[in-house]
Amino acid sequence: MGPLAINEIISENTNFFLAFIIGIAFGFVLEASGFSSSRKLAGMFYGYDTVVLKVFFTGAITAMLGMLFFSLFDWIDLDLVYVNPTYLTSAITGGVIMGAGFIIGGYCPGTSFCGASIGKIDALIFIVGLFIGVSLFGAGFNWWNGMYMAKFLGSPKISEFFGLTDGVFALILILIALGMFRVAEWAEKKFPREEY
Amino acid sequence: MQESKSAIKKTKYLNPYLGGVLLGLVLLAANFIAGRGLGASGAIKSTVVTIVTAVNSQVAESSGFVSEYLDTHGGSPMKNWLVFEMLGVLVGGFLSGALAGRLKWKVEHYPGITSRKRLFMALSGGILFGFGSQLGRGCTSGSALSGMAVLSLGGFITMMAIFGTAFALAYFFRRNWI
Repeated sequence: MGPLAINEIISENTNFFLAFIIGIAFGFVLEASGFSSSRKLAGMFYGYDTVVLKVFFTGAITAMLGMLFFSLFDWIDLDLVYVNPTYLTSAITGGVIMGAGFIIGGYCPGTSFCGASIGKIDALIFIVGLFIGVSLFGAGFNWWNGMYMAKFLGSPKISEFFGLTDGVFALILILIALGMFRVAEWAEKKFPREEY
Repeated sequence: MQESKSAIKKTKYLNPYLGGVLLGLVLLAANFIAGRGLGASGAIKSTVVTIVTAVNSQVAESSGFVSEYLDTHGGSPMKNWLVFEMLGVLVGGFLSGALAGRLKWKVEHYPGITSRKRLFMALSGGILFGFGSQLGRGCTSGSALSGMAVLSLGGFITMMAIFGTAFALAYFFRRNWI
């Protein structure tokens, strides 16, 4: 059955319309969880507000389990779902640069749109920065193309990488997340700050 | 009065675990419907490609960035799943903010720094994040969150690099936040 667009159960235009609806839900959940506030987001890295960790990992695990169950029930063909390819060098360097941008700017791209939607001017300026950064990457593309394409590993799954089945890996990740949630709750009590 | 005010303050956001489950269901819906996860920086890339192509087609033709994009995507860059999704994010964020009474023009910053400093940091952070998202083939949404949901090795690596670096640098930028 799924993915609906790839199996041509819905048309391309319906898919775009549903993208808009999914975006509304995405933006609503992010904003309602407090991701429109850079001070709340940055709190993650100082321990006073760990909402990022809780929402992010609960979200990733929920979607991961959903995918595994949908596949088990034959509701979705996982072979047709896009799995992000792994280019080792750029995955790490890109992530490091993004991490620096996160602690300096206080937002990531999705959350900055969310902040801008409720009038945060710092979020709007962050978005201006995003456009500059993407353009700079494009302008010098030939210079870093070598690094961009280096160490291509295909689209491996992390479960395959560790020689585990998807289910066992998911279980281990859930246990790790539960451990992190406990640490997060402890940190929020230890480093209390008012809510923003 | 003071007490009831602080009680309201504490409950103004969704419970984070509930928020996470809802976020996961949205991501699951994206994968079930479109066969792909959520994203954000991809919509900015589409817009940049569109602007460059419209302003100067010669620059666009000679740009490896633009031609790589057009080769892998095809069609008009604005008729793109992530562009529609991100327009939705603006609407959804606005609706949530309106319902919760959070719509307000302001520069949000730690009282220990000026608005001007905050805006400078936001611009710098945005430039870095924009650049990094292109190198890393997606940001926190597209590469880390959506990648993790489909168990992509690269998604987990990028997630650890983003959060690990932010933690490692937190000490040096603490005056901006605490």
